[in-house]
Amino acid sequence: MDRLKSFSVINAFLWLLRAAIIAIVVWGTIQTILNNPYSDRAWKDFIIFGIAQGSMYALIAIGYTLVYGVLKMINFAHSEFFMSGIFTATSVVALPLSESGYMAEHPLITVIAVGIVAISVSVLIALVTERIAYRPLRNAPRLMALITAIGASFFWQYYFRGLFGSQVRPFPRIAALEGSVPFFGTEILKTHILVVVVTIISLLALNFFITRTKAGMSIRAVAENKDVASLMGINVDRTISLTFVTCAAMAGIAGLLFAIVYQQVHFFMGFFPGIKAFTAAVLGGIGNIPGAAVGGLFLGLFESVGPSLFLQSLGIPAFNQLKDVIAFTMLVLVLIFRPQGILGERLAEKKA
Amino acid sequence: MSNVIQQDWRRTLQQGAIAGFISLNIAAIGMVEHFGERFLIAGLITLGQVAFLAAPLAFSYTTARSTMGQGRVLNTLLKAAAIGLVSSLFLIFLIWAAQTFDVRSILPNVSPTLIGLLTFEAGPGVGYIILLTVTVVTCLIAASSTFLQENVSKALFFGFGLTILVGSLSPNLVERVRNFFGQDMVRVLFESNALQLWPGIILAVASTILYFAYQRFSTSRPKTTSKPKADLTSRLLKQAPLFIILMSLPFFLGTYLTEVTNNVGIFLLMGLGLNIVVGLAGLLDLGYVAFFAIGAYTMGVLTSTGSLGLGLSFWVALPICVAVAAFAGIVLGVPVLKMRGDYLAIVTLGFGEIIRLIALSDMMKPFLGGAQGVLNIPKPSLGTFILDDPERLYYVILAGALLAAFISNRLRESRIGRSWIAVREDEDVAEAMGINLVRTKLLAFAIGAGFSGLAGAIFASKLTSIFPHSFNILISINVLSLIIVGGLGSIPGTVVGAIILVGLPELLREFAEFRWLIYGALLVLMMLNRPEGFIPSDIMRRELHTADAENPPPAS
Repeated sequence: MDRLKSFSVINAFLWLLRAAIIAIVVWGTIQTILNNPYSDRAWKDFIIFGIAQGSMYALIAIGYTLVYGVLKMINFAHSEFFMSGIFTATSVVALPLSESGYMAEHPLITVIAVGIVAISVSVLIALVTERIAYRPLRNAPRLMALITAIGASFFWQYYFRGLFGSQVRPFPRIAALEGSVPFFGTEILKTHILVVVVTIISLLALNFFITRTKAGMSIRAVAENKDVASLMGINVDRTISLTFVTCAAMAGIAGLLFAIVYQQVHFFMGFFPGIKAFTAAVLGGIGNIPGAAVGGLFLGLFESVGPSLFLQSLGIPAFNQLKDVIAFTMLVLVLIFRPQGILGERLAEKKA
Repeated sequence: MSNVIQQDWRRTLQQGAIAGFISLNIAAIGMVEHFGERFLIAGLITLGQVAFLAAPLAFSYTTARSTMGQGRVLNTLLKAAAIGLVSSLFLIFLIWAAQTFDVRSILPNVSPTLIGLLTFEAGPGVGYIILLTVTVVTCLIAASSTFLQENVSKALFFGFGLTILVGSLSPNLVERVRNFFGQDMVRVLFESNALQLWPGIILAVASTILYFAYQRFSTSRPKTTSKPKADLTSRLLKQAPLFIILMSLPFFLGTYLTEVTNNVGIFLLMGLGLNIVVGLAGLLDLGYVAFFAIGAYTMGVLTSTGSLGLGLSFWVALPICVAVAAFAGIVLGVPVLKMRGDYLAIVTLGFGEIIRLIALSDMMKPFLGGAQGVLNIPKPSLGTFILDDPERLYYVILAGALLAAFISNRLRESRIGRSWIAVREDEDVAEAMGINLVRTKLLAFAIGAGFSGLAGAIFASKLTSIFPHSFNILISINVLSLIIVGGLGSIPGTVVGAIILVGLPELLREFAEFRWLIYGALLVLMMLNRPEGFIPSDIMRRELHTADAENPPPAS
């Protein structure tokens, strides 16, 4: 009885918080709609940008979701898988090729080469991390695994900082992807089209891999129950490595897209996309693969439209600075109020 | 039989390759070059050489250890030589590549300076041979140290470790020695901020012998395992020498080292707070810097004499800062009451970033100054006596740290401390045992946040100006690392952790460049090899070691 009483105070507080935030959002939105400071075209641009951004989040979010499904741990170092691949590929392949002029002549080959290097390095880093840092701690208390993951994340960040320098490296421009195409009364950047198309292809390929192939089936089996899976003749260690390979490949692709859109890479580039992709994964229900895609898209949209939609009319100066605050607030709110996410957890039924 | 030997040798070569790969990376990320500027012994050994020889040394030592006592001396030495040979080939490859291709545009740290260090300034051809010889000899020495008796090799390790430590700290020691013994002594012992050759050798030999003697002496006495609990006065008397040393520390250390000690103290305060949240209550808080920021900003806004401040005195503002931070701990704690483990870590991380971003934003600029921060925060003062230099501020920090250590020590042994540990072990069972989860967790958050707020408040008046950029996630990671390295839940461990992880990087400026890399590696290594920390609390030690004995990890 005592417990109920104390929890009811807490619950009241949480309800109040919820109501306040909803009120702010609704009030801001209504104000904005009434005043409508933007043209239709601007809104469309926000939405398109949000979709492109969200696609990249979705690709990274897959990694969090899959590893969580299999290992029941948040792979904190996932954002470094994302960074390491493209940072290496830009430094080792893209920049030398663009300086030698090869890139201008054969842009397609260069981009494919950069992509292959990015994915391979991401996969390599993921395999090393899994083998050295995660595998020995698989049965250890979860706090330990989490601390290890945080340590691995910082280690890789500063390792690549040492290797390729702390400055921002420009990702060379690709002439074929400059400019935009007209679309329903507005224009879409070609890079954004590329992002969405590549994301859709990757997600379809992933879906095929997970649902139709034997390896994918073993991943799902291990996620369901490791012991039973190993009784069925599945090599659990290898399946977990395979999961990391899959995740890192997606992260590598996302890294390439990120570099093409933002045209710069640096050692800290993984941190914010990583946290946001994690938000997306939780939003969609961690362990749920379609959920990660939906969550990513949703977060991208929210982040791109949100500040203009409901912060501007509240009279907040430089409201765009609060873009990241919105993403983090959303993360906190989702975890507080609906930790099972929009689509619910699927791969994992219970979490500790 | 030949198969076994073959396998044995393949393993050895593998070890050599791993060692070489690690050395190659250490060189490529710039550690060798950065450390190369620091001479341990003038004109002879730099810290950079220690950096690239460390991996082959460690690997040949462990390989030799694994065959220890089998009496195959030649075999062991051959293996060590092979490890040295293989690993130096990697570095030779790096030198060759750097001289043949333009590696520098890709790897900015592979510089001519690095190549010079690796070849011992002898040019490619001869340099290869020197590098190879030095590596092989180092490996042989490491391997042959396993033939010695355990106490002899231990003493040797101690001697050489101490010499390396003293050598790398000599720039700081030079000034101290000059203050106490005069310039002549400095000239005898040091040369251009490094140890002279002979004092270095004498130090190594003397400390080895002393340690050896100490070992003989201490093992000859029977150890007292359980001592009866002394009464309060005698316990206080026992701690009196420690207290006197702490009180007179600034006198011995001088301004610069006191400043370093002050930074250690501030992190120690935060560490003690986080130790309650993570170490005792098991709530992994990655946004701990938020409370540090809240404490600092509260102090800034309350005391600043600039346009943003209210101009209160430090002593009035201090309790307010602690209270505000503790309150913030409760407010941010309430939403996460039902969360555990991973989710809690991420949400708190989010809180930390939200606080920083809000402080940075233009929205709060009229109050918190945005990116320009809060300026003109006065130093604390007693009447007209301003505590403006590090030596005086030291006592404020010391008082705070002692208070925090006292509080956490008392709390840990109390009812609430035991309920924190119970919550850490199993929330559901703890609740079934009648522990009020809400109250227990919120208390942990509030007290932890209070300590951090105190640290933040002192930090603000120490620096006299604060900027949002000072309160990033790295602070949280730093504090987390130090309590993990020291030992979760252990107060002496936190002190040691703060000295190692905050003090050393400040003294070894070259080290600071790589501190996050080393912290990351340290977190992983600690979790893999010594999860209870260097100075574990009794409970942690018992728990982690009985757990091993009862259910050994399945072979993978």
